[in-house]
Parts: sequence; C-alpha cells; structure tokens
Amino acid sequence: MTQPVNNTTESTTDLYRRNFLGKTVAAAGIALAPGMLLTEVAHARPAGQAVTSKNRWGMLINTNKCGSGCTECVTACQTENGWGGADNSEQHSNASQQAVWIRKVKLKDKQTNHVQSLPLMCQHCETAPCVDVCPTGASFKRADGVVLVDKHICIGCRYCMMACPYKARSFIHEAIENQKVHAPRGKGTVESCTMCVHRIDKDGTPACVEACNAEGHQAMYFGDLNDSNSVISKELAKNGGQQLRPDLALNTGVRYQGL
Amino acid sequence: MLSHKTIISTLVGVLLLLPMLAQASDIMPTVPKAKAEANPDTLCIRDVKDMRKNHMNYILHKRDLTMHEGIRTSQDSLAECIGCHVSKDSKGQYPSFGDDKHFCSSCHNFAAVKVDCFDCHNAKPTEASKTGSTIK
Repeated sequence: MTQPVNNTTESTTDLYRRNFLGKTVAAAGIALAPGMLLTEVAHARPAGQAVTSKNRWGMLINTNKCGSGCTECVTACQTENGWGGADNSEQHSNASQQAVWIRKVKLKDKQTNHVQSLPLMCQHCETAPCVDVCPTGASFKRADGVVLVDKHICIGCRYCMMACPYKARSFIHEAIENQKVHAPRGKGTVESCTMCVHRIDKDGTPACVEACNAEGHQAMYFGDLNDSNSVISKELAKNGGQQLRPDLALNTGVRYQGL
Repeated sequence: MLSHKTIISTLVGVLLLLPMLAQASDIMPTVPKAKAEANPDTLCIRDVKDMRKNHMNYILHKRDLTMHEGIRTSQDSLAECIGCHVSKDSKGQYPSFGDDKHFCSSCHNFAAVKVDCFDCHNAKPTEASKTGSTIK
C-alpha cells in the first residue's frame, strides 16, 4: 500500500470532510427530531405543539354499570366547568333555558319494564351537524376530534342547537359571573360539553369519567380511539360500542354499551 | 391703583383656573402595579411600550392558538395577564372589570375603548391562575 505523498493536504481534507459530515448529521438530526416526536406515544404532546388528527378522543359508556340514581358525572361537570349547581349565575333563566352540558337520561322498555340510565352529552361526531350549519365557523371540530364552540366568533344564532340530534347544546341568556378560568362562558353564546379539553391538553381525563371511576361505577372510559392499544379501543374491539342514532351516520366519539 | 372690581375679578379668575391646573397633572390614568416583576429589565413579558401598543394582537393570536390548536402555554395567556396584573384593593377585594382600580379598566376607561373579553372570561385572579412566577 502506498503511503500518502502529501500528509498535510490529506489531513486537511480529512478534517474538512469530518466537519462537513458532522454538520450534515447534526442538521439531519434536527430535521428528524419533530418527526420523531410524532411517532411517540399518543399522550405525550409537548405544551407548545398543536393537536393533530393522530389522536381521536372518545368516550365509552357502559349503561349496565351506570347507577340509576347516580348523578356524580353531572355534578363533577358542573363543578369543573362552572355551570348549574347551587351557585348558578343564571338566576333569571328558567329551568328549560339554563345550560346543560351533561344530563342523565332514563330509558324504560314499556314491554319488559327494563330501566336503563345513561349520561348524555355532546357526542363529538366526526361529521358533526352543528359544525355543518354554523354560519360563522364558531362551531368547529378540533383536529383531535373534540367538537367545540369558539365563543369569540359565535353570534348566538342557535342554528347548531337546532341541528344537534342529541340536544347537547345550550344558549346563555344572561350575563355570567365568576367563570372558571379554563371554561369561559358568556351571554349570547352557545356552549356544550368540551370533553374537558383543558384537561385533555394536559394529559388529563374528563371530570365526568374521573368522578364515575371515583364513585366505583367504572361505567365511563376515556381514551384515544385511534390508538389500538388504548383501553377504550381494546374494549370497543372486543365488546363493541353502539352509537346513539346510528342511522344518522355521524360516527360519534361517544359510544355506549348495554343499550 | 387697582379697583376693587379688578382685584375681585382677578381672584375669581385664579380660583377658577386652580382646579384646571390640578386636573392637568392627574389626568393620566393610574395603572396599578403588577404583583410580580417577571423580568426586571422589561417589567413584563415584553417591553412595556410594546405591550401597551400591541397587547391586543398578542392575546388575539394566542386566543386562536389555544382555542383551535390546544396550545396552553403561559406566554400571552389572558389568565396569566389577569393573575399578575389585577391586584387587591385596600379592602382586600379584587376590583371588578369596569372599576378604575382594575388593571385593564384603568386604561380602557380613560381611552374609552370597550372590550368584551370579560363578558366570558373571569376578570379576577383565581386560585388556578398563577402570579406571573412562571413567565420568563
């Protein structure tokens, strides 16, 4: 093997190549880093990163486990989001006007007298009628499947309330005080269940699900429908989950078992 | 020699002018001080002049990021503004929006610029809002 004739030139070139390669690898590493994050576990979304359609948040409710007289989920929602309850600031609205984000519904089979109880709230449809009809774009579906009202651009026309087959939305008729920091609510806007989006954004669980589990009913699951390894997806794959009004083909994010 | 009339009219004139002179010095709004100084050099998350001129644009931008993209960082968060800037009055109560002692109202009342932020958002600090300690 021949020795290099000019050592100085060789070493300079090597150094140049090394530097070039080193910088290229570093640049490639930076370019790859955001992509790498996307392949990580669904839950770990950095605080400054936008939600993506990689997740689709959903809920599963087992009506057989849901207690008939239990309203823990409703109370938890009221406490969390500051609607209804004892310190209700909608003093001038009657019961049918006041906001209801989640309510307990009793189903009775007249033939067999079998009674079922279930919580009913925004079903977070994939093809949401409320989003379709909104004239301003205030009613929208977030990339991760949560259907929300952007009250900054809501004009209070209530078209979405008419369109919703689940009667899930409410209109605020009067000035509201002492709102929760994470749940702003005000006169002249429509509101509904947000699936506790402020909690989801911090890797949390909706207040209703948490309360149901704390009560020991374990009737509500929350999780990522797009993640086949999540508890909710496994349960849905194994035992199925029914949509309310499946004839409307809305592909709801909230599913029910035992109906 | 000055007549009584001239002296009286001069005195009356001076007396009338006095309140106007006094008003000229305190016509500018008194903006309450923030609870914490997030950055000793600029006093706020950005330069004070910049914040006075552009705060509405910053919070408008953040509003859309939070609402539609779920980005809930403390930078430009309305809750953080309120948590640090709205301080208790002499009775230990937080002033309501509209009260001259409320940070936002102190200027907005003066400039006669109506904002509807607090039709929906809470204008007072709550336990959930921090005191600016996390802002850098």
